[in-house]
Amino acid sequence: MLPEVIKSVLRFFLLILLQVVLLNKIRFAGYINPFVYPLFLLLLPVRIPKTLLLILAFITGISVDIFSDTLGMHAAASVFLGFMRPYIIKLLAPRDGYDSDAVISLKQMGILWMVYYLFISIFLHHLFLFYTEVFRFNDFGATFLRVCLSTITSVVIIFIILLLFDKTKVQR
Amino acid sequence: MRNLFLFLSRNYIFILFILLEAVCFFLIAQNNSYQNAATLNSTNKVVASVYSTISSVTDYLNLVENNKRLAEENAHLRTLLPASYFDTTVVRNHKVDTIHNLEYSYIEAKIINNSTNRRNNYMTLNKGSDAGIAPEMGVITGHGIIGIIKNVSAHYSTVTSFLHTQSKVSVRFKNNNYNGSMVWDSDNSPTEATVIDIPRHVPFKVGDTLVTTTFSPYYPEGIMVGTVKSFDIDAGSNSYRIILKLSTSFNDVSYVYVVNNLLKNERKQLEEKQKDAARGN
Repeated sequence: MLPEVIKSVLRFFLLILLQVVLLNKIRFAGYINPFVYPLFLLLLPVRIPKTLLLILAFITGISVDIFSDTLGMHAAASVFLGFMRPYIIKLLAPRDGYDSDAVISLKQMGILWMVYYLFISIFLHHLFLFYTEVFRFNDFGATFLRVCLSTITSVVIIFIILLLFDKTKVQR
Repeated sequence: MRNLFLFLSRNYIFILFILLEAVCFFLIAQNNSYQNAATLNSTNKVVASVYSTISSVTDYLNLVENNKRLAEENAHLRTLLPASYFDTTVVRNHKVDTIHNLEYSYIEAKIINNSTNRRNNYMTLNKGSDAGIAPEMGVITGHGIIGIIKNVSAHYSTVTSFLHTQSKVSVRFKNNNYNGSMVWDSDNSPTEATVIDIPRHVPFKVGDTLVTTTFSPYYPEGIMVGTVKSFDIDAGSNSYRIILKLSTSFNDVSYVYVVNNLLKNERKQLEEKQKDAARGN
């Protein structure tokens, strides 16, 4: 097995490539654009230092931004997700806590945990991203609908990716 | 002082978070200001070459549709050739025309990156200042308007799409001269636009065509923008709110023409002077 660092680096490039080359061209129903690159941040080890997490979040966001002419928007949303991630993980902690070397995967955490985790994280990310993009609260309802629909689409696609690459048998 | 350090060390994660967000919003603000050339965008050499590669693959997928469209346009242009008119005059005077000056010239370009799903959309073209493109030129297709050039590098340029919150284009009905402003409202889909400021006494019906006016320095007059889809009058308002079906399908355009208005600077200078004079009084 590859060490976790190399796996993360590979994941970074693959997810950004997937996002930029393929998913940025997809528009469900005209304007629903799925975002899967946050998955890179979500799959980093549980005990990663918070400083490193924030800096990685910034780099990820900026990389996507450069390719989609939205300088700053994805970075802002990613940094926000990086900041919130420890709280989300704490919120979902099992009664006896996590192992010190816990990695986040379907196999280790189980399907239910993963669904909660993905939904909360991606929702927060999209919420921040879409309101930053619109930059006003005038059409609150329309934007909120976009957030919800995009969250569902993104989570479904991310789940498919996880099922494809997490080949080992899933625990319940 | 000691308390300050204690506070900083205890909350440094939060402070780092705020700092990074501040950087992000600084970048957003800088990139959004009109005409402010940002360095990290798709006119950047590396990013643009990635997009060129992707586009050269996706081109094949649209080949049939594009061929059809080009053929249609060729046919249309051919009908405009002097050779396709029947000459009814007997005597012809050949003179060097000093009465008509060329006002618009066109540069053909290809869209290599395009978005329609955001509230503020941009495109990237495969030609730049080397081909004579400069900021603030209009961009059209054979079917309608596209937007306005924003940034230019040697070989690429970016376009502020009409699908942008701050777009405003002056339009009029094709069959009369009443004009209004076309904007892209928050409840418009990428195939629609909203026309405001048409007074309520103006006669028109669903399906009527709207075209650009001479008020805009970016587009030539008479370029079709769309047809009336539905309309209503806001309570207490004196003008129509018309929902337009755009004639350009922003989702699958690929070849465009950049409009170079040769007399734009002269016009702009004159209008600036007028504005200054008005301010002086």
